[in-house]
Amino acid sequence: MNTTTNPPHDATLAVDAHSLVKQFKGLRAVDGIDLQVPAGQVFGVLGPNGAGKTTAIRMLATLLRIDGGSATIFGHDVATEGHIVRQLIGVTGQYASVDEKLSGRENLRLFARIHGQSGKRAAVTALELLERFGLTDAADRPLSQFSGGMRRRLDLAASLISRPPLIFLDEPTTGLDPRTRGQMWDTIRDLVRQGSTILLTTQYLDEADQLADRIAVIDHGRKVAEGTSTELKASIGASTLAVGIADDTRIDEAVSIVSIALDRAATRSPEAARLLVPLRTSDETVTALIALRDNAIEVSEVKVQEPTLDEVFLALTGEPRSEDVADQPAA
Amino acid sequence: MTITESRAAVTPAPSPTTRVPEHLPSHVGLRETVRQTWLMAGRSLIKMRRNPEQFIDVAIQPLLFTAMFGFIFGGAIAGGVSAYLPLLIPGILVQTALTTCMATGVNLRDDMDKGVFDRFKSLPMSRIAPLAGPVLADSVRYVIATVLTFATGFAMGYRPGGGFWGVLAAGTLIIVSAWSLAWIFTFLGTVMKSAQGLSGVSMMILFPLTFLSNAFVPADSLPGWLKAFVNVNPVSHIVSATRDLANDGRITGQVGWALLGCVVVVAIFAPLALRSYRRQL
Repeated sequence: MNTTTNPPHDATLAVDAHSLVKQFKGLRAVDGIDLQVPAGQVFGVLGPNGAGKTTAIRMLATLLRIDGGSATIFGHDVATEGHIVRQLIGVTGQYASVDEKLSGRENLRLFARIHGQSGKRAAVTALELLERFGLTDAADRPLSQFSGGMRRRLDLAASLISRPPLIFLDEPTTGLDPRTRGQMWDTIRDLVRQGSTILLTTQYLDEADQLADRIAVIDHGRKVAEGTSTELKASIGASTLAVGIADDTRIDEAVSIVSIALDRAATRSPEAARLLVPLRTSDETVTALIALRDNAIEVSEVKVQEPTLDEVFLALTGEPRSEDVADQPAA
Repeated sequence: MTITESRAAVTPAPSPTTRVPEHLPSHVGLRETVRQTWLMAGRSLIKMRRNPEQFIDVAIQPLLFTAMFGFIFGGAIAGGVSAYLPLLIPGILVQTALTTCMATGVNLRDDMDKGVFDRFKSLPMSRIAPLAGPVLADSVRYVIATVLTFATGFAMGYRPGGGFWGVLAAGTLIIVSAWSLAWIFTFLGTVMKSAQGLSGVSMMILFPLTFLSNAFVPADSLPGWLKAFVNVNPVSHIVSATRDLANDGRITGQVGWALLGCVVVVAIFAPLALRSYRRQL
């Protein structure tokens, strides 16, 4: 690696990546991304499918070759010091990377022993982790009987055996039901409390919002924004009030009443009998609803819509998100 | 029950800052490599125990081929079944070992498509252990195939002149050869994209290697150009060495050539397999 032309890397940073590039046939999956993750933080990488999140993580985890730019993990070059980097990281992928044919306990014991633990100590480690992740009852069941959430938990448990100072979580909750998702969030918060640095990718704005200290928004292999969740939301704009009107002949009337009450243009939703108005504060919801009641307009439904990822991308990139770009190959 | 509560009971409260260990080794030592190879072999053995179906090939093939080849070719080639057996059994042994090696490669390819290999690659572990482990574990299959082939031979009237020790030495040579030749298919396993493709290519390697050798017919009966190939084919040397050990109980120059062939195969294909496995996309 040509380290002399690269900017100096900061060893106090858990991740220090400069203009990372990954080129697949005809597609620049990662197109010059800079990431600086201070130790002890949860750093969120937010983006749609195919944005290059997984590719970026796989490069940092030594699973893919870095085609351009450079990266260090706690000061160790990812390209030239792979073995050292692998001792500092834990990786939990989008698809559980555990052995399907082994039981949960056998998986954890195998990985613990690979990390150099004795047979006895590996058994204890497996027991502790199974307990910690609520998998004790299923410990000896074949993985084919595991639910998606259980697999994900086992996968995360396997990544924690060596207590790595940096943990990569690639879409840790994609495809999980809301309850399991909440459990996963608790687990991640626990890890942070113990001092782990976490780099997590997600497609969900609220997940990044809930967990991450800083968020980088990625689209088409480029970073389009970075900041705290408050900073990003401020740049994205406010939430929207949607009100269903019981008598759909009075929608136009309702639109003008709310427009006057909030001194801002309300609109009529195209598909249904609803009016939409952007909110600056939550209190404006009350103002709008009181105005409707004063005019004896019956309300059938009230919703405050948080900005969606689509709106985030629209706001940040001025174009719809790259849903149709094929995700990078899994291998 | 929440995860938070159960965790607090198990792990002592660590310090809240990220601690980064210093002075980490930059490569895996030899001892760790050997240890991890055994671990990976253990993993393969557990999987074999879970899926005994995969032993069907090593169980059926020796029975079927020994009986079939013995009765069909015996009369034509050696003038009788029992006269053909000393020629045939070592041939079948090597052929069975080779097909079992092929299975080693196909299983590895299958395995590498699973997510768990992502974890092996992201762990600070020896790169060769995930390849060498399955080869080591497949010794079980080589032993089963070898024992069954000899047993079928005995049942059909094969009385090896080398006696017990000759047969044991021949069996050991077969297993050592299988370990070595398995690296050819392990290499192909890391190169080919699918298990099906690998099976196809393996067959095309397997057939010339076994049939263009002295495994089933004496090389003297072949035309000159073919004989030239047969004589350099490492499989021929392994077959000849096995015959010398089992039938005559003699350690001949052929044994040396066979072992040298094995060393050469490993020296070429193990590094190739390792390089191909390590290569990042």
